[in-house]
Amino acid sequence: MTTVVEPQHEAPAPAGTAVEREFTVQARSQREQIISRFLHNKQAMTGLIVFAILVVGAFVGPLVYRWNYTDIDLSSKSVGIGSPHHILGTQELGRDLLALLMRGVQRSALIVAIVVGIAGCTGVLVGSIAGYYGRWIDNLLMRLVDLILTLPGLIVITVVAASIPSARSAIGVGIILGAFGWLDLARLIRAQFLSLREREFVEAAHAMGASDRRIIFRHLIPNALGSIIVWATLAAAIAVLAEAALTYLGYGIQGDDTSLGRLVSDGVAAADSRPWLFYVPGLLLMILVMCINLIGDGIRDAFDPSHKRVRS
Amino acid sequence: MLFFTIRRLISSVLVLLSSSIAVFLLASSTADPTAPFRQRQPLPPPAFFKAFKHRLGLDKPLYLRYWDWITGVLHGNFGKDIAGNAITPTLMERLGVTSRMVLGAMILALVMAIIVGVLTAVRQYKFSDYFFTVLCYMLIALPVFWLGALLKQFVAIEINNLVGHNVLFTLGEESAGISQFGTTSQIWVDRLEHLVLPTISLAALTFAGWSRFQRAAMLDVLGSDFIRLARAKGVPWRRVIFRHGVRNALIPLTTVVAIGVGGILGGAVLTERVFVWHGMGEYLLQNGLGAQDVNVILGWLIVAAFFIVTFNLIADLLYAVLDPRIRLH
Repeated sequence: MTTVVEPQHEAPAPAGTAVEREFTVQARSQREQIISRFLHNKQAMTGLIVFAILVVGAFVGPLVYRWNYTDIDLSSKSVGIGSPHHILGTQELGRDLLALLMRGVQRSALIVAIVVGIAGCTGVLVGSIAGYYGRWIDNLLMRLVDLILTLPGLIVITVVAASIPSARSAIGVGIILGAFGWLDLARLIRAQFLSLREREFVEAAHAMGASDRRIIFRHLIPNALGSIIVWATLAAAIAVLAEAALTYLGYGIQGDDTSLGRLVSDGVAAADSRPWLFYVPGLLLMILVMCINLIGDGIRDAFDPSHKRVRS
Repeated sequence: MLFFTIRRLISSVLVLLSSSIAVFLLASSTADPTAPFRQRQPLPPPAFFKAFKHRLGLDKPLYLRYWDWITGVLHGNFGKDIAGNAITPTLMERLGVTSRMVLGAMILALVMAIIVGVLTAVRQYKFSDYFFTVLCYMLIALPVFWLGALLKQFVAIEINNLVGHNVLFTLGEESAGISQFGTTSQIWVDRLEHLVLPTISLAALTFAGWSRFQRAAMLDVLGSDFIRLARAKGVPWRRVIFRHGVRNALIPLTTVVAIGVGGILGGAVLTERVFVWHGMGEYLLQNGLGAQDVNVILGWLIVAAFFIVTFNLIADLLYAVLDPRIRLH
């Protein structure tokens, strides 16, 4: 993130500390304030630390762990938690659960990255165009968004996924989820742009001869950055859950590959005979999504401290 | 208010109509009924595919197919499935099964959300607030089918053992054959016992989001000037909360509930699968998506769209009744 968030309200801070005082006053940029507010938020920091440990563990772990997620240990099928060779046990074919979980988190991270990437770009673009230009294009785009939102999102995604048999992989699922994930972001960005474009700094930019593209990308989008980041965390949490739901319905991840949703879905089928396959992936998914939500709430509070803590 | 109602009614019909076009385009462009046959070995001859498509009317132009379908739907006829059976009776029967779960879950989630939302707002930063906050964060982060399986595998068995016989059923929407031999009261008790767990698991997730929202709305209201005035006048605290607080804090919830209907319908498909219900969700997954049957998918989607648009309409009207300022817009 190299773009500097443009100050919206503040008077320009005096550069340096030229005046001699008993105490030193340090000018903090808006970004520094936001980061400092986030760092002082206990829940958000707990979420961030746990999240970082789990995700880094999932990417580094396979380098040192003795089992690969594809390995099949024929001598110990369906062993429980705490068995000598398999810390978290194995599933019915003899694949190590810990190795599978690490792979699952990796794949889920890939899915989240694809979803947030595709949906984020599309949503920002559509929302900017609708909010900045207004008139018929705004009407057209927003009616389209409203129309798609009159249908249950999960089912629309399932119907589309069912017709594309080649999309039973992490990348395919990510693209399908991303293709439908931008609707709420577009609405959000449009609403922000409607009020932002009336502000003085946009008028000033216009007066100085800035092009529409420059105003959108250099002035408006950086001002909406807070909402975009908060949206991204929410979208990440939803993407993890949506992938799990899609896989459970039979149109998500298939084959040898795995994902967090796949492990949870398979665990549901094994709940009565091999409970560790049910509990461990389910709890891991819950903890990850909780952490993402906590981080998201923390970021929102950091950007807008007056905002009350809501998540609906 | 009458003018407002009429305007809203007309716009809802228009939304539903355009939604039917979207649904039709979605289903007809994605579902391919010939797909299951294309995987057969040996591949059926081209003449078979031609005849098959002709029988289903898939060889007609798109606008004609839409016209045929939509005029049928307006007459209450959802067309025929691939096997040639009429969809309407099955769909309506399944709808009856699913709406028991969906309406039950909505009512349960709403009542719980209001109680917990108000409680946690009034007792902000006390133990109960923290308890329900943590609970809600956990519920929001859980896949609905995992929670369903948890209730089914562990809670149901414990309770049934405790009581000594099966009071909570984990499979199906009613005991097999009970509608043939049972009396009316027996049937409904049986259905109720089957309903408990799916309703709870479907309601839990929705409840979590709604109660957070209700808490925020209630905190907003409790911080407003008219509450301070009521307190200053010496109105008892209990009366302030219920008369002045809760009533106003319920207004924004109507919109949130209407928006949540789509999520509940999606969640119902998952819940039905966990509890092996023979409802709309199973119909969609097996007969619709499994066989790539366009008309079944269309039927499901248009019924869902109808529900969502209707709930939005009700929420709009309710909002206007509760908050008269809205009517002016």
